[in-house]
Amino acid sequence: MNAEVNAPTAPEKKEFWRWQESVWVDETKDWKTAKIVTCGIDVGSVSSQAVLVIDGELYGFNSMRTGNNSPDSATNALAGIMDKCGMKQEDIHFVVGTGYGRVNVPFADKAITEIACHARGANYMGGNGVRTILDMGGQDCKAIHCDEKGKVTNFLMNDKCAAGTGRGMEVISDLMQIPIAELGPRSFDVDVEPEAVSSVCVVFAKSEALGLLKAGYTKNKVIAAYCQAMAERVVSLLERIGVEEGFFITGGIAKNPGVVKRIEKLLGIKAMETKVDSQIAGALGAALFGYTLASKKAAAAAA
Amino acid sequence: MIANYGYKDGSGEYYISIDTDKCIDCAAERACLTACPKQMFEIIEDDYDDQVAWIKKPNCRTLSYDCADCKPSSGYTTLPCITACTPGAIKHSW
Repeated sequence: MNAEVNAPTAPEKKEFWRWQESVWVDETKDWKTAKIVTCGIDVGSVSSQAVLVIDGELYGFNSMRTGNNSPDSATNALAGIMDKCGMKQEDIHFVVGTGYGRVNVPFADKAITEIACHARGANYMGGNGVRTILDMGGQDCKAIHCDEKGKVTNFLMNDKCAAGTGRGMEVISDLMQIPIAELGPRSFDVDVEPEAVSSVCVVFAKSEALGLLKAGYTKNKVIAAYCQAMAERVVSLLERIGVEEGFFITGGIAKNPGVVKRIEKLLGIKAMETKVDSQIAGALGAALFGYTLASKKAAAAAA
Repeated sequence: MIANYGYKDGSGEYYISIDTDKCIDCAAERACLTACPKQMFEIIEDDYDDQVAWIKKPNCRTLSYDCADCKPSSGYTTLPCITACTPGAIKHSW
C-alpha cells in the first residue's frame, strides 16, 4: 500500500508594508510635439521613480519599488513610463540621475544630489513660495531650505538610522499586520493621544510598541504612539535649520496623514498641498534640471 | 548655502556646518584639508557647479568619534579645522 504524504506548505506571508506602485501620464499633452523631452530618475533606497518632463512641464511618472540592483531599477522605472506613452529612449534629450543610486543610472547624462533635486521638485509642485522642505525618504530624512527659485540655501540630512524614515513605518506596519496605507488614518482612531515611543531608534521603538501591546494598548494607540515619535524626530531636525512659512513635505511619508498632521501640530504651521504624488519630487527636480541643461546645450549649439 | 553634515542619535546631535558662500573663494587656501588630523574634508564640485569643501561620506556617520581627539576633553581649546578656516565657514554643533 502506498501512503501519500503531503509535505506541509508554508503559509503565504502577507506583506503589509508593500505600498501601491503607480504610473501616470498627462493625456492632455503630446510628447511628440515637444521641443525638449527630459527625464529624471530617482533611485532611492526603497523606491525608484522615473519622471518625464516635456518643455519644462510634468508629463508623466512611474513610481515603483527599488530592486536589489540600482541599474535595473532605473531601467525598469524608465521602461514603465516609456511603455505607457509609446516613447523610446532615443526620444529623450537629457537624463539626470538622482537618489542614493544616482551614479548607477547607466543612461544618465548627469548625476545631481537628491537634496538639490527635491528642492527643485518642491518648487515646481508647491510654487515659488516653498521655503522649507521636509523629505521623508525610505532610509533617510532631509530638511532643506530653498529660495524662490528652488535653489538650496541650507540643508541637513540624517541617514545614520531608520528613525524618522519610511523604513521605520514599514517595520511598524509589519509588526501591527496592518497595510501601510491604513496606518495614518487609524492613528487618529484613539480615545486619548498616547506618549510617543522612542524617537531615536526603530529597534527600540519596535520593542516599546510590543511592550505597549502587551500592556493592553490597542493597535491604533500603538500606531499613534509611533506616528508621534516619527513626527517628533523629524521636527527636531527641522528646528535645527529653522522652519519658515511655505512648508512642503516630499517622500512617501507625506502620504501618511498620521505623521503629517502631528508634524503640523508640533510646528504650528500647515504643510502646503499638491495634486502631484509627493514621492516623485526628487525625480521631477532631476528632470527639471535636465530641462535647464538641455536648453543651455541647445542654445549653445544654435549660437 | 549652509551644508550640514552629520547626524543625530541617542547620544546627541553631531553636525559640522559649512557655509559654502564663504568657502567658494577660499581665502585660507583650503587649509581645512590639511588641518584636520583625520583628513575628513574634501573639495568637491557641488550641484551648482561651485568648488566647495564637504565632509567625506564615511565620516558623516562617525563624527562624534572622529572629532573627539580635537575636542576640549583631549586638551584642545580651539578646533584645528575652525582655526584653519579663516573665512569662518566651518562650525561644529557640539
